[in-house]
Amino acid sequence: MKEASFSCPLPHPSGETVLLAHGGGGKLTHRLIENVFLPAFACAPLERRHDGALLEVRGARLAFTTDSYVVRPLVFPGGDIGDLAVNGTVNDLAMCGARPLYLSAGFILEEGLPMETLRAVVESMCRAACRAGVALVTGDTKVVDKGKGDGLFVNTAGIGIVEAPEEVSPAAVRPGDAVIVSGDLGAHGIAILSVREGLEFEAPIQSDTAPLWAPVEALLAAGIEVHCLRDLTRGGLASALNEIAETAEVGMAISEVAIPVAEVVRGACEILGLDPLYVANEGRFVAFVPQHDADRAVEVMRHLPVCALASRIGSVEQTPAGCVTLRSRIGGQRVLDMLSGEQLPRIC
Amino acid sequence: MRFVDEYRDSEMASRLAESIRRRASRPWTLMEVCGGQTHTIVKSGLQDLLPPEVALVHGPGCPVCVTPLELIDKAIAIASQRDTIFCSFGDMLRVPGSSRSLLDAKAEGADVRIVYSPLDALRAARLKPSREVVFFAVGFETTAPANAMAVWQAEREGLRNFSILVAHVLVPPAMEAILSSENCRINAFLAAGHVCTVMGYEEYEPLSRRWHVPIVVTGFEPLDLLEGIDMAVAQLESGRAEVENQYSRAVRRDGNRPAQERIAEVFEVSPRKWRGIGEIPASGLRLRDRYRAFDADLRFATGIGEVNEPSECISGLVLQGLRKPFECSAFGTRCTPERPLGAPMVSSEGACAAYYHYRKAER
Amino acid sequence: MCLAVPGKIVSVIEEEALGLRRGRIDFGGVVKEACLAYTPEASVGDYVLVHVGFALAVIDEAEAQKIFDTLREMEQLEELNLADDSLLPPADIGRT
Repeated sequence: MKEASFSCPLPHPSGETVLLAHGGGGKLTHRLIENVFLPAFACAPLERRHDGALLEVRGARLAFTTDSYVVRPLVFPGGDIGDLAVNGTVNDLAMCGARPLYLSAGFILEEGLPMETLRAVVESMCRAACRAGVALVTGDTKVVDKGKGDGLFVNTAGIGIVEAPEEVSPAAVRPGDAVIVSGDLGAHGIAILSVREGLEFEAPIQSDTAPLWAPVEALLAAGIEVHCLRDLTRGGLASALNEIAETAEVGMAISEVAIPVAEVVRGACEILGLDPLYVANEGRFVAFVPQHDADRAVEVMRHLPVCALASRIGSVEQTPAGCVTLRSRIGGQRVLDMLSGEQLPRIC
Repeated sequence: MRFVDEYRDSEMASRLAESIRRRASRPWTLMEVCGGQTHTIVKSGLQDLLPPEVALVHGPGCPVCVTPLELIDKAIAIASQRDTIFCSFGDMLRVPGSSRSLLDAKAEGADVRIVYSPLDALRAARLKPSREVVFFAVGFETTAPANAMAVWQAEREGLRNFSILVAHVLVPPAMEAILSSENCRINAFLAAGHVCTVMGYEEYEPLSRRWHVPIVVTGFEPLDLLEGIDMAVAQLESGRAEVENQYSRAVRRDGNRPAQERIAEVFEVSPRKWRGIGEIPASGLRLRDRYRAFDADLRFATGIGEVNEPSECISGLVLQGLRKPFECSAFGTRCTPERPLGAPMVSSEGACAAYYHYRKAER
Repeated sequence: MCLAVPGKIVSVIEEEALGLRRGRIDFGGVVKEACLAYTPEASVGDYVLVHVGFALAVIDEAEAQKIFDTLREMEQLEELNLADDSLLPPADIGRT
């Protein structure tokens, strides 16, 4: 009996190694944050576990956030790492109800990266910044030996000024709130995979990377009481909903039929053995607003091209706390759990 | 998507559920054999549509769950060798061996790659002649034609650096093992539709007769499963025990002849150990002599012999439908999807993982 | 191991080397190649079930329709308000 040598098949974060899955956006990432980072850096803004930090500085309400971009391939249908680097950070600020203003950019370049690639990425960042209405005001560059980096890594940090009258964060979510998704899911993740797996499409699937301050601004301008916003990135819709349900200690009931997914994205997910609810997005968000504001919020969002397919997908409930349940197309129920690690394709 | 969306129609689903409800006059226990079917049942919450009389038990139809510990250990040992590229379907990566999984090995530097087809592994072998490329050939009869073709091609092309680690299992012997178990409470089976696409369903007829048990060859979409259940219940209620084919759009009684021929050319039937159940005679496939050169188990000396399961894991009993996952002392506490003790908790269609998620909803 | 997805053959490529046919298959707008060696009868326009890069069966469209015919009959019976369960269509209409 091998009892003595039996050890836990999935390593604990302490004393073991970092796995790729720790960056997947699911349970392991969550655990890494909870067990390694939060205890060390404990402070009020971090405790909120939101996309950005909300800070009061001499009376001004600021939002501050940072994100790193390590995507491979660097270029994909619909954009490149430069677009993600700007939009991702802009969106984290927008999700705090803050108007994005300034970005910094730190580059880690691998020796041997073609200058042309770097120029193209920088141009994308410039265009994306312009489109998002932000200025890139400071930066840094480092170069590492060949083989020590995926060509190019970039970190962007952003500052914005909070314009939402009330705090926009998971803490504000209430039972009875409507859950609204800003558009169709999975395009970004599939666009990336299509390059890696050599999939062809009748019309190539484009990444949905886009800046999202405009719809947030529109919701605030319409006087909608926005409780919480979260952009959907790695881990997809399911991870975002679970994180919020856990932080806010509420339950959520979602309807599968209401969730928009483009047919061609669904086709790609079917053949790759993936669930669209866990596939990455880069220009989509989920909003929590009071029941009485739900219809108007969807209407306001649909006026903007980036949210043309905005849909209400469910409601927040009292219980079971921390649990997201999905009502399937055929009327059965299932728990929409957080992934343990990255989503792996299945053939079974 | 055609031939997919229509089979997920909610109104049709209700109608089938209603038919089942009207037919079922007493408790029946049905087992769906294939993991893909379990996946649909869990994902669509199909059990919620069934009347309380009809209980579904998830069978050992998940090759991930039944691959023996020592094969996982061998896979990891091979993957960890220098100049080796180890290719596998995604499903296998998280399954724990004695001490770790392929995913852990990958984190520690082994070149482990997820592929969608054995042909991807073959391609890798052609592109990197100086590296040994090994493919983890796990699966039921459904995947055997693909693996057979890969080996057949490799042999014709004279590829020296390609081999497969065979972990093929066959369905009918497993069903026989379940039926012959003393405590078997299964009244009817939903047979694995895609396995039958390849093998046909003639071989189930003797089983059905000998054990007087209805066997309905069933597909994978919600309407397929509901119709299969409806047909099984109809048989049970009328005392019939036959093999019927719900999945007639894809399955013929004699199956796919060219595929069967290629399998028979490359593989032969062999005994096979099923994780959690033990050895079942004539329940697996191994490479024939002519193709032995492509057997990774022979090519790589890993020195790994038989390995025993951690005693707390009762996956064998769960896989045979003799225990429910929540009857396991470790369920949900020492054994969870992130820290699995056995394979049925790892695989998304393993019975234990399925119950783990239901339990959360019930809380 | 059973995830097989139905797709429509949009073109066939006869491979000289080992005589293996391949096809380009359209899955709801996504096109991927699959080996057609096991479905020698399949041609452009047919729907096939593809598993790990191989077509394993040609989908019989007439058979595929049967479940919907059965369900439609059920609906008609309900509409005629027949409460008598013995008039339920047998579950195995044409299903051998």
